[in-house]
Amino acid sequence: MNLLDPQGPVAAGNSTILIDSVFIMLVIVVPTIIAILGFAFWFRASNPRARYRPDFVYSGRVEMVVWSIPALTVILLGGVAWIGSHQLDPAAPVPGTGSPVRIQAVSLDWKWLFIYPDQRIATVNTLTVPVGAELNFHLTSSSVMNTFFIPQLGSMIYTMNGMVTRLNLRADNEGKLQGLSAHFSGDGFPDMMFDVNVVSPLAFPEWVTATAKTDAVLNADSYKKLMQQGIEKGRPVYRLEDPRLFELIATQQIPPGPGPELVSGAGRPHGGGHHAR
Amino acid sequence: MLGKLDWSAIPLDQPIPLVAGGVVLVAIFGVLTWVVVKGHLPYLWREWITSVDHKRIGVMYILLASVMLLRGGSDAIMMRIQQAVAYQSPGYLPPEHYNQIFSAHGTIMIFFVAMPFVIGLMNLIVPLQLGVRDVAFPTLNSVGFWLTATGALLVNISLVVGEFARTGWLAFPPLSELSYSPGVGVDYYAWSLQISGIGTLVAGINLVTTVLKLRTKGMNYLRMPMFCWTTLASNLLIVAAFPILTATLAMLLLDRYLGFHFFTNEAGGNVMMFMNLIWAWGHPEVYILVLPAFGIFSEVVSTFSGKALFGYRSMVLATMAICVVSFMVWLHHFFTMGAGPNVNAIFGIASMIIAIPTGVKIYNWLFTMYGGRIRFATPMLWSIGFMVTFIIGGLTGVLLAVPPADFILHNSMFLVAHFHNVIIGGVLFGVFAGFEYWFPKAFGFRLDERWGKAAFWFTFIGFFITFMPLYIVGLLGMTRRMQHYDVAAWRPWMMVAVIGVAVLTIGVICQIVQIVVSVRNREALRDRTGDPWDGRSLEWSTSSPPPVFNFAFNPDVRGEDAYWDMKARAKQQMLDADGPQYRDIEMPRNSPTGFVCAFFATIMGFALIWHIWWMVILGGLGAWATFVVFAWRDHDEYVIPAAEVAAIDRLNLQQRRGLVSTAGEA
Repeated sequence: MNLLDPQGPVAAGNSTILIDSVFIMLVIVVPTIIAILGFAFWFRASNPRARYRPDFVYSGRVEMVVWSIPALTVILLGGVAWIGSHQLDPAAPVPGTGSPVRIQAVSLDWKWLFIYPDQRIATVNTLTVPVGAELNFHLTSSSVMNTFFIPQLGSMIYTMNGMVTRLNLRADNEGKLQGLSAHFSGDGFPDMMFDVNVVSPLAFPEWVTATAKTDAVLNADSYKKLMQQGIEKGRPVYRLEDPRLFELIATQQIPPGPGPELVSGAGRPHGGGHHAR
Repeated sequence: MLGKLDWSAIPLDQPIPLVAGGVVLVAIFGVLTWVVVKGHLPYLWREWITSVDHKRIGVMYILLASVMLLRGGSDAIMMRIQQAVAYQSPGYLPPEHYNQIFSAHGTIMIFFVAMPFVIGLMNLIVPLQLGVRDVAFPTLNSVGFWLTATGALLVNISLVVGEFARTGWLAFPPLSELSYSPGVGVDYYAWSLQISGIGTLVAGINLVTTVLKLRTKGMNYLRMPMFCWTTLASNLLIVAAFPILTATLAMLLLDRYLGFHFFTNEAGGNVMMFMNLIWAWGHPEVYILVLPAFGIFSEVVSTFSGKALFGYRSMVLATMAICVVSFMVWLHHFFTMGAGPNVNAIFGIASMIIAIPTGVKIYNWLFTMYGGRIRFATPMLWSIGFMVTFIIGGLTGVLLAVPPADFILHNSMFLVAHFHNVIIGGVLFGVFAGFEYWFPKAFGFRLDERWGKAAFWFTFIGFFITFMPLYIVGLLGMTRRMQHYDVAAWRPWMMVAVIGVAVLTIGVICQIVQIVVSVRNREALRDRTGDPWDGRSLEWSTSSPPPVFNFAFNPDVRGEDAYWDMKARAKQQMLDADGPQYRDIEMPRNSPTGFVCAFFATIMGFALIWHIWWMVILGGLGAWATFVVFAWRDHDEYVIPAAEVAAIDRLNLQQRRGLVSTAGEA
C-alpha cells in the first residue's frame, strides 16, 4: 500500500507532486533549521567571541528577504497546486487502452459493493479490473460517509448518501492491490479493506463470464439484506438483476441503510459492533 | 422520572472505564475530604471559587487544563498500545470502546487542554502586560471559566454514566445522527461543547474588550507586547468563529432531539453543509490556539536573548494577516469531496499563503537571537525546540495544502502526524514555555531548572519517536482511526510509536516532579524582585505574585518594551524613597455568580443528555435566576485603603532595589 510505489498514472502524478513539493520546501527548511541551531549556539551568553548587538532590532533588508523567501516559495508551490489540481482532478479522464470499464461503488455498513452495470455482475469487498483500461467510478453510500481509496492507484474520493461522486483511475501493472475506506464510519470501519485484482485484458472477460454464472442475484431485496450493519469476511459475488440498481440507491428510491438494531434503556447500543473476530 | 437514565448506563461489563472512573472518584473524594477536614473550604471559596481576580481565574484555567491533559494523555497511551497490539488481532479494546477513546482524546485535548491553557495564560498575563488592574468584565470572566469546567465535567461523567461519542472529535453526520448513533454519546459531546463554548465566547469578548479598551497611560497599540497582539488576534477569532460552532451543534442537536433534517440523509438534509460549517469554525480554531503560543515565543525569545523583538511591526502585521486569512481556507479539510479543480486550487493556494506570515515569524525570532546574549533557561529551550519542530510541521502542512498530494494523504496517519506536529510542537511547547516563564510571576517562586530541562528533553525526543513513525505509516497507506489492521508493513512503526509515547510519558512525569520539587524548595527558589528573568514588559514591574490590584499606580509607558525602558532609564516606577502619594484603589468584589451558574448549567446539561425534562427546567431557571440576582446587585466594588496599598507597594519597591539588570548597559 506504499504511496511512493504507484501502480497507475494517477498515483504516479500524486506521488510526484508530493515528492517535488517536499523538495521545494526542504530547500528553505533545512537552511532555516541549521540557522536556528547555529545562531542559538553561537550567540549563547557564555560565548565571549559573539558580539552583543541589542540594538539590532530592525533591518529593512532583512525584512524584505524574510518576506520574500516564503512568498516566492508559495508562488512556486501555488503554481504546482494549480496545475496539479486541474490535471489530477478526480473526475478528469484517464485515457487507457481498450474500452473503459464502468464501476459503481457503494459503501455499506461496513463493506464495499462494486457493481459492474455493463457486465451485469456485482462483487463485495473485491474489485477486479483489467490492466491498462480507464476505470470510470461512480460512487455513493448506502448510509454514512466513507472514502474510497486504493493507495497505489491514487486519488481518494468521498462517498455520500443521496449523492454521486466521480473518480477515474487506471492500473498499469497486473497484480494484487488493497483498498480501504479512509473516512471513519463506525464500529466496523477497520474491516472495510478490499482486494483489488488487476488482471490481463484477456483474463478480465473470463472472470466476468465465470462470475456471471453465480446463483446469487443482486436486486433491491438482496441489497437491503446486504446493507444491514455487519462485517463481511467472505468475498460474495452476484449476478446483477437490474442495471439501474445504483441509480435507485443514489436517488434514495431505496432508502438509506438502517443504523444499529438494539438500543438499551441507557442508549448504549448493542450488537452491530461486536466482532466475529 | 429520570428520562433515559437507568442502571444500564453504568458500564458494569467494561472494566477499563469502570476502574478508571472509580480511581478518579476516589481521588476527588479524597481531595474534597482533605479540604473539608483541614478547614480549607472557606479559604477556597473566598479566595478561588468566587474570585473574580484575573490572575486567580487564569491559574484555575491552567489547573483545569493540566488535569485534563492527564486524562487526554491516558487516552493517547491507550490508543497507541491498541494499535501496537491489534495487528491481525482485535487488540484489548473493542471497537465501541476504542472509538470513544479517540473521540474523547481529540475533544479533550482541543477544548479542555489547549483552549483553557492558552486562555488561562492570556487571563493571567495580558492585564499585567497592559498595566491595568483587571480585565474588562471580571465577573463574566469567572462565569466563562466555570462554564468551561462544566463542559469538562460532563465529558468526564460520560466515562462512567453512559458513553461518549464514537464518531471522532468533530462528530460528522450522518454518523452522528440519531439513526446511526442512537446512544447518548453524541449528546454528551454536543452539550459539553455548547456549554463550554459559551464560556469560551465570553472569555473571548472579555479579552478583546480588555485589549481594546483597557490599556495604561501611553500603552498605544504599537507599544503593546507581542503577546497582547496575538491575544487580540486570537480572541477576535474566538468572537468570530465560536458562534459558528454553537450554531452548527445547535442544528445537529435539533436533528437529534426534535426530528429536524439539517444534516440527515433523509428529507433534504445535507452532510456537506455540516462539513463546511464545522471547518469554518475548525480552521480558525487552530489559529486561536497557535497565535497565543506565537506570542509566548516572542516574549520568551526576546527576553532570553536580551534583545527587543526583531521586526516588531512586521510581527504585528504577520499576526493580523494570519488572523484574517485563517478564515478563508476551511475547504482544505475536504479536498476529497469532489469540489472541482478551481475550488480546490484556490483554497489550496489560500492555505499556503498563511505560510508566508508564519515563515516571517520564524525568521524574526531567528534574527531576534542574532546578536543576542542567549540564556538557555527552560522556557528558551521550549522555544528553540518549537522552532525546529514547527518548521517540520509547517512543511507537511503546506504539503497537505497541495490538493493532488492531499488526495492520497487525506485522513491518513500522515495527517495525524502533521497536526500533532503543529499542535504539540506549536501550542503545547508554547504553553509549557509560558508556564515555566510566568510561573514565578503567578506564585512568587521559580520552577526547578533541572527537572524542567529533563521534561523538555524527554518531551522533545519522545515527540519525534512517536510521530515520525506516524508520518511513515501514512505514506504506507494507513488511515486514521483503525481499531485493528492486517497490514504487516505498518506493524513495526506502530511499535516504535508506542516506545515514543513511553518517552513522552516520562516527560510528563518530569513536569509533575518539577512542580513537587519546586514547591518543596520554594524558599530557595523565591523570586523577591518580581523580575526573575530580567524581563522587558510590565508584568515584571510588579511583585511576584502581584498584589490583588496589580499596580499601585498605573504605569506610564514611553515606548516598546515598557519595563526594559524604565529599567534602562533607572526610573523605576517611583523608586525614590520619599514615597509617592498612594490613593485608595477600588477593586471588583468576589462573586459566586460563575460557580453557581455553572452548577445549574451542569445540572441542565446532564438532564438534557438524558432527557430528564423537569431537571432541565430546574437547571435553566437556576442559571437564569443567578444572573438576575447578579444583575440586581448593589455593591460591586470594594476599596483597598491607601495605607494598605502603600504598605504592599513599599515592600515590593524595597526588595526590588536589589535588582540587577543589564538594561542600563545598552
